[in-house]
Amino acid sequence: MNELLKSNILKWLKTGKRYDGRGLEDFRPIVVERGVTKNAEGSARVRIGDTEVIAGVKLSVEKPYPDTPKNGNLMVGAELLPLSNPEFEAGPPNEEAIEVARVVDRGLRESNALDTKKLCLEEGEKVWSVSIDICTINVDGNLLDASALAAVAAIQDARFPGYDGKTVDYKHLTEKRLPMARTPISITVNKLGEFIFVDPSTDEEMIVDARLTVAMTEGKICALQKGGSTPLTIDEIGRMIDLAKAKAGELSVKLK
Amino acid sequence: MSYDKRVDGRRPDETRPIVAKAGIIKRADGSAMFQMGNTVAYAAVYGPRDLFPRFMQNPQRGVLRCRYNMMPFSGAGERVKPGGSRRSKEISMVTEKALLPVLNLEDFPNAVVDVFIELPQTDAGTRCAGICAASIALADAGLSMRDMVAAVSVGKVDNMVAVDLNYAEESYEGGDVADIPVAFIPRTGQVSLLQMDGLIDAESLKRALELGKKACSEIYEIQKKALKEKFASGAGVNGNGER
Repeated sequence: MNELLKSNILKWLKTGKRYDGRGLEDFRPIVVERGVTKNAEGSARVRIGDTEVIAGVKLSVEKPYPDTPKNGNLMVGAELLPLSNPEFEAGPPNEEAIEVARVVDRGLRESNALDTKKLCLEEGEKVWSVSIDICTINVDGNLLDASALAAVAAIQDARFPGYDGKTVDYKHLTEKRLPMARTPISITVNKLGEFIFVDPSTDEEMIVDARLTVAMTEGKICALQKGGSTPLTIDEIGRMIDLAKAKAGELSVKLK
Repeated sequence: MSYDKRVDGRRPDETRPIVAKAGIIKRADGSAMFQMGNTVAYAAVYGPRDLFPRFMQNPQRGVLRCRYNMMPFSGAGERVKPGGSRRSKEISMVTEKALLPVLNLEDFPNAVVDVFIELPQTDAGTRCAGICAASIALADAGLSMRDMVAAVSVGKVDNMVAVDLNYAEESYEGGDVADIPVAFIPRTGQVSLLQMDGLIDAESLKRALELGKKACSEIYEIQKKALKEKFASGAGVNGNGER
């Protein structure tokens, strides 16, 4: 069945179009909403076509990691909820969920999206810990880009809760925003045969040879993740990065 | 000071504003959103589909499997650790029992119907909102059902018997509070979920259940309306004109 699907999708790609009518470099419509759930300190819903994820930020005061006593903590989790897709199963995070969480985490961390020094309350003792959780509502391809976008939008939306030095007052959020230094963008470029394209649907995702997720900030690349079991040439990697860079502006306007 | 006026100004028999929508998750066989005040529940139904491991199969009838889950950022206060708790397991179980009486699963031996309930935002009454969403989603999936199930929490806050307590009422400290999640099968008037914690006298409990029954008949109409709206819009079973 996959062979048939593959030959069909390839046939379309040869015409310069996708089977849903998009060009190879076209995203489906992207919608970003902020402040979608009240109990999170920050939240965002991202839709890319029918793919829909919610990201929420929770803040707490914790002890810093021993190797970074002056920096706040950052944690990204991804829940590939069985509600969002017939393939997902209930249970502890599987490889796919961990990959999503870690790729989003690296995009944020390596771009220094958050100035974690400003999250320090008392060196070596107390820092703000930022937990970002991504929950899938409907998964119809390109979960990586949707998750990365939602994570950044949720951080932008977040405000600190009250804190009196002892307890965190979650009922009363302050006006203070998280110390964002940069706004990273992640774009995954997929390869099938000689073609490269962005924003795959579920069907396309199922049969691609390889994918490369490129996280960028201010024109620089800050994280990469190759997926899929087919190897890539250096030339292909170059073309994929070029396409990702060319598309970055389109996603970053959603984060303005 | 007794509790004679509700924190949000509602009448004792008045639920919070309700929004219900069917068919919100494209890749599910059936799905729904049910919002009651600030509590939001999503439900998705998958199946009937094969059930593995095989020892879990029932050759007489299909199995209903429910999973209730709060998203990590959904609760007031600290982050909810993902991965389930004793509480979420119990709620999953009572949700199953609440829904099972209306389902005709005899036609699907060895199969499973999965119901996934997710809470992105909570303000008390989550299991009831979950059951309401799940009922709509099961009907949206086109399963053969005797009825839908409607659920609401009733209770007593100090001296007031009231319906659909919010979190502020559930945690009222000026007097005794009883919290009673209850689910009704509207067509027969039977109760398929009943739990309680707190203190209440038998007379007030009966009054509370009557209030719950009335509220559930209103919720039932909203559930039916959500289904009708989906199909009236020509959206089709999958929300995209298919089938």
